[in-house]
Amino acid sequence: MLALDRVSKTYPNGVQALARFSAEIRQGEIIAIIGGSGCGKSTLLRAIAGLDRASSGAVTLDSEAINSPHAKIGIIFQEPRLLPWLSVADNIGFGLADLPAAERREKVARALERVGLADKAQAWPRELSGGQAQRVAIARALVPQPEVLLLDEPFSALDAFTRRDLQDHLLDLWADTRPTLILVTHDVDEAVVLADRVLVMRPRPGRLFDQIEINLGRPRDRNSPLFENFKRSVLTSLDRSLDRSVPDRDATQGPGQAMWW
Amino acid sequence: MISDAPVLQQTSEPAESAAAPSRLSRYVRPMLGILLPLALALGWELVVWLGWSNGRLVPPPSRVLATIAELARSGELVRHIAATLWRVGLGFAFGVIAGTLFGAISGYWSLARRLFDPTVQALRAIPSLAWVPLFILWLGIFETSKIALIAVGVFFPVYLGVMGAILSVDRKIVEVGHTFRLSGFAMIRRILLPAVLPAYVVSLRVGLGLGWMFVVAAELIGASEGLGYLLLDGQQLGKPAQILAAIVIFAILGKLTDWLIEVGAAPFLRWQDAFGRAKGA
Ligand SMILES: Nc1ncnc2c1ncn2[C@@H]1O[C@H](COP(=O)(O)OP(=O)(O)O)[C@@H](O)[C@H]1O
Ligand SMILES: [Mg+2]
Repeated sequence: MLALDRVSKTYPNGVQALARFSAEIRQGEIIAIIGGSGCGKSTLLRAIAGLDRASSGAVTLDSEAINSPHAKIGIIFQEPRLLPWLSVADNIGFGLADLPAAERREKVARALERVGLADKAQAWPRELSGGQAQRVAIARALVPQPEVLLLDEPFSALDAFTRRDLQDHLLDLWADTRPTLILVTHDVDEAVVLADRVLVMRPRPGRLFDQIEINLGRPRDRNSPLFENFKRSVLTSLDRSLDRSVPDRDATQGPGQAMWW
Repeated sequence: MISDAPVLQQTSEPAESAAAPSRLSRYVRPMLGILLPLALALGWELVVWLGWSNGRLVPPPSRVLATIAELARSGELVRHIAATLWRVGLGFAFGVIAGTLFGAISGYWSLARRLFDPTVQALRAIPSLAWVPLFILWLGIFETSKIALIAVGVFFPVYLGVMGAILSVDRKIVEVGHTFRLSGFAMIRRILLPAVLPAYVVSLRVGLGLGWMFVVAAELIGASEGLGYLLLDGQQLGKPAQILAAIVIFAILGKLTDWLIEVGAAPFLRWQDAFGRAKGA
């Protein structure tokens, strides 16, 4: 289980990007984090990834504190961030340097097959389309078999068609080993298609505003009335999160806050 | 981004139709640069041949070539070239190793940079030839002091090139290294050095150029063989053709070794997605 306990982050320039964000995320759960721009979504993800230290509060994975990048936690960014000097295959195998070469090659080959890029194994990253490059990034993050995979708006730079394709593909890959997925998005459709639970954040300072369980079986039909219902409730919550006149309502921001101080 | 590709192909089509004149100019244009020196050389040859000048101080090209041929026949040429190449090679190797190591350390660890970069910059401000007397005192008049001088000349551009390039590596790529828990020498080896390779090759070429400059200085100061010795010998014995012969050989070797670096590095830079490559393709 991944536990976030009152995680706060104040940047050196004084911006309070995240305030007492708490959540408990079960192993294998798919979480979507949604919220207005600048409400601390990336900050939260970077804290979970151990890339940035939280100013206060704690991130723990299976009761192990996370303060720096961890082997069990992978991250995918908005840009593929492939290493341009490595072939596609070597990019995917980047996190497997400790394994014997034969084992590494085998895992990479399987991953390439799995993301449908077997024919691109020896291509350079510059020869890939945006969607293909992001697939490679997903394969690179998944091949060391992390328990938690963080995704920061991974599909937002892609066209609508490619985005849908990759969303389905991500679910497909997730089913292999069922890691915990925490996906930041600003696309309500994406959140409802993928997530078991949607966390809505509100800005200044970034904090948890609402949680919506998506009780829908998979595969999900994007055109079903039920799907539309969930989308509407996420949208409503999102609108309210941006409306300053609406008070915080999440319990963790209520009385507990006073006690903690 | 990628959907631009077909558009690019379309726009390149009108350029293709104008290929006929451009193909011609592709062969002609590099030749243009040779025209002036060639005309000057032929002109001077003619002037001497017509007897308008005796060509004693400025020998005609034919006499320079004859000198080179003479040196080659006696085996002298190979001996001098070998001596000079050996010095440049060794000095270059030491300079590159030290420059790369210190450059990488300074680029990666800010504490190290604060500690020794100011000193290195101060040393760099000293004209390198000022070291010569000291090196001779310390290391003797023979090979060691020469190689040390060349290594010093090579060190600075490589050091600066590596450090500067590492400091400007894309933070996003470095973060990928962090997420895979790389740090220290693993980060340098697997992320930083490959990322700076294109800039590194440039600094190697600059360093090599300085290596050639300093080998001349080192050999002018005192040597019994080497191309620099040929220069000095030519001056003392009043043989301008020999001086020019040595200069020509310096030019050829300098260009050749530079080309070797370029060609040797090319396979490692095939991944580059740069403006210069697109033109070559
Ligand atoms: N490195 C940084 N230094 C200072 N302020 C930052 C930094 N990164 C983000 N911020 C600020 O923190 C807030 C939250 O940023 P971020 O987590 O990137 O938001 P989101 O990903 O939800 O759009 C913003 O106000 C942003 O300006
Ligand atoms: Mg963001």
